[in-house]
Amino acid sequence: MRVSSKDSVVSFQNVWKRYGEVIAASNLNLDVQSGEFLSFLGPSGCGKTTTLRMIAGFDQPSEGDVILKGKRVNGVPAFKRPVNMVFQHYALFPHLNVADNVAYGLKQRSPRPPSKEIESRVSESLELVQLAGYQNRRIWEMSGGQQQRVALARALINKPEVLLLDEPLAALDRKLRREMQIELQNLQRNVGITFILVTHDQEEALSMSDRVCIMREGEIIQVGSPRELYDNPLNRYIADFIGKSNFFDGVVQKSSANDLEIRLNNGAQIVAANSRQHNTYASAAPVTISIRPEQLMLSRRVSQLPDEKAIVINAAVRNRIFLGEHTEYLLYNEQFGEFLALSPRQNEIGEPPFEVNEDIHISWNQEATLVLNHD
Amino acid sequence: MKSSLVHRLLLLPATMWLLVMLVLPLLVVIIFSFGDRGPAGGYVPGFSLDQYANLPARFTAFKNTMILAPAGTLAALLIAYPLAYYLAVKANPNIKTVLLVMIIVPFWTSILIRTYAWIYILGGQGIPKMLEFFGVEGVRLINTPYSVLIGIIYGYLPLMVFPIYVSLEKLDKRLLEASQDLGASPIRTFRNVTLPLSIPGIATGCMLVFILLMGEFLIPALLGGGKVFFIGNALVDLFLQSRNWAYGSAVATTLVIVMLLTVSIYMKLMMRGSNIREEVSLL
Ligand SMILES: Nc1ncnc2c1ncn2[C@@H]1O[C@H](COP(=O)(O)OP(=O)(O)OP(=O)(O)O)[C@@H](O)[C@H]1O
Ligand SMILES: [Mg+2]
Repeated sequence: MRVSSKDSVVSFQNVWKRYGEVIAASNLNLDVQSGEFLSFLGPSGCGKTTTLRMIAGFDQPSEGDVILKGKRVNGVPAFKRPVNMVFQHYALFPHLNVADNVAYGLKQRSPRPPSKEIESRVSESLELVQLAGYQNRRIWEMSGGQQQRVALARALINKPEVLLLDEPLAALDRKLRREMQIELQNLQRNVGITFILVTHDQEEALSMSDRVCIMREGEIIQVGSPRELYDNPLNRYIADFIGKSNFFDGVVQKSSANDLEIRLNNGAQIVAANSRQHNTYASAAPVTISIRPEQLMLSRRVSQLPDEKAIVINAAVRNRIFLGEHTEYLLYNEQFGEFLALSPRQNEIGEPPFEVNEDIHISWNQEATLVLNHD
Repeated sequence: MKSSLVHRLLLLPATMWLLVMLVLPLLVVIIFSFGDRGPAGGYVPGFSLDQYANLPARFTAFKNTMILAPAGTLAALLIAYPLAYYLAVKANPNIKTVLLVMIIVPFWTSILIRTYAWIYILGGQGIPKMLEFFGVEGVRLINTPYSVLIGIIYGYLPLMVFPIYVSLEKLDKRLLEASQDLGASPIRTFRNVTLPLSIPGIATGCMLVFILLMGEFLIPALLGGGKVFFIGNALVDLFLQSRNWAYGSAVATTLVIVMLLTVSIYMKLMMRGSNIREEVSLL
């Protein structure tokens, strides 16, 4: 789904960024569509901040082009770009009160808007982030969550083409973070501004974004909706990064139009549906298969299992963790080793939960088997 | 109760020191200032305002001090700020250490010797000679207020640089990026963010230099050549040469009062101008 860079707000074209020997961004190609909520997700040091700073104008690419609204902006300084940023530690001005912080961007415009207008737009933005009436507070009198909102108001008042957020929630505690995630999402829908968020919290990226861009060591590995990434990860790295999974290494034995026959390193033979896979695999290709924990079906009797194409193995319950709506089981099979299974509560109606040390059956459909490149 | 007793005990040495070395001498000076000069110099007890009535005789010294101390402070500030800014914001870390050391090293030599060196630099064989070489004739520097000013700037520059350097050094660089991100050019960013946030450093530096300059006597004595007198020089003269302790005490008391007034007005202005709290949490 590659949109031409004309229709996108931000577009990277073969962008490289080098710091001496370190390659912080390597051959980035990406189109961000107007009005979307996009997240950069990746481990520490993978180049997320660098990428964001190249959009903001604090860093310039070593090679390639950054396009903003159809215009090449390489070399254009930050203060001339129609984007605004919410910094990780907010970077609010300590010598200004809340109103002056929020009004800062408007006051830099030339011609400067009349003070009546500034005033009304400040209270508008503060209302937007639910801080109405906080105009005269000093910054240090605000809690972490409130400072976060001031930072948002200070950026949004300028009605930027793109709002950049660098780990905006990292400094908040868990509960507040959850609240702010929902609020950010609502805010983005209300104002209709393109949001680009950087995070290393996969749950955050998946729950808020329209699309997630997964980075590793300066490269973009896969871009897609959270669902696409979960259901159809490009490789083992992404499957591992997004959610939990059971992985088994093996080699392709036979590849036909519909089926992939795989011999796992533990000796088991598995047939996977070819239609599910991203890539085509030739015989003898080394692969990893992945089965998501919630796709494993657990039962005491084989007869209860639905699909005759399903793979069925025996396993002993090693551990059981009750998680509310779900129960997580750690299972063990001689040949496969450990399995992680997530069993929804409603599926356990007929049967009481499985006990530790009980011998049960695990099965999964052919469609549940994902065949992946090693990396 | 116990901790307050401990606090008091801990404060005792400092309190005693201040009492014996500062308050007591000051009281003595104030008392002396109402007395008279003895026949062979020194002091005879008495109570009159004669010494204060005589103050206009030393008007020039007061005038010089009250002009050159603020002027020196201002000049030092104007030179120190860009230097401190460069050191704190622009200089690459390797050069920075070297430059900081270069500012400190002169302190290892006595100010007396360093100021003597300036006599030569500013004297007939120094800068004026160099200017002659370039065709500028008849420049006189030594023994003028300008040479005193140059000496002051030279001697007090480090005292001005360091407080400003510290306040700029701890300035969160992300604030500068935030300002630019919000559309402010580098110049406006300096005016709106850097400058206001370095006011505590400027205030400290100016205060330090100004107070010390009010009592300065070495630099005017050496570079002013007896023509540019400070109150400090008047005091040296009154106490050590003419041995008029009563009059000297009156001049000293007046100096303290002038200093207290200026500093308290200055503090008040500073307080109003910036309500920056030091312990601002940026997080
Ligand atoms: N100014 C710089 N000079 C030298 N190297 C840099 C600079 N900025 C970033 N790097 C390097 O570039 C790489 C990517 O850094 P970046 O800050 O983009 O990572 P990140 O994905 O944001 O990580 P984190 O999640 O820890 O914030 C890192 O290896 C980092 O050390
Ligand atoms: Mg980062």
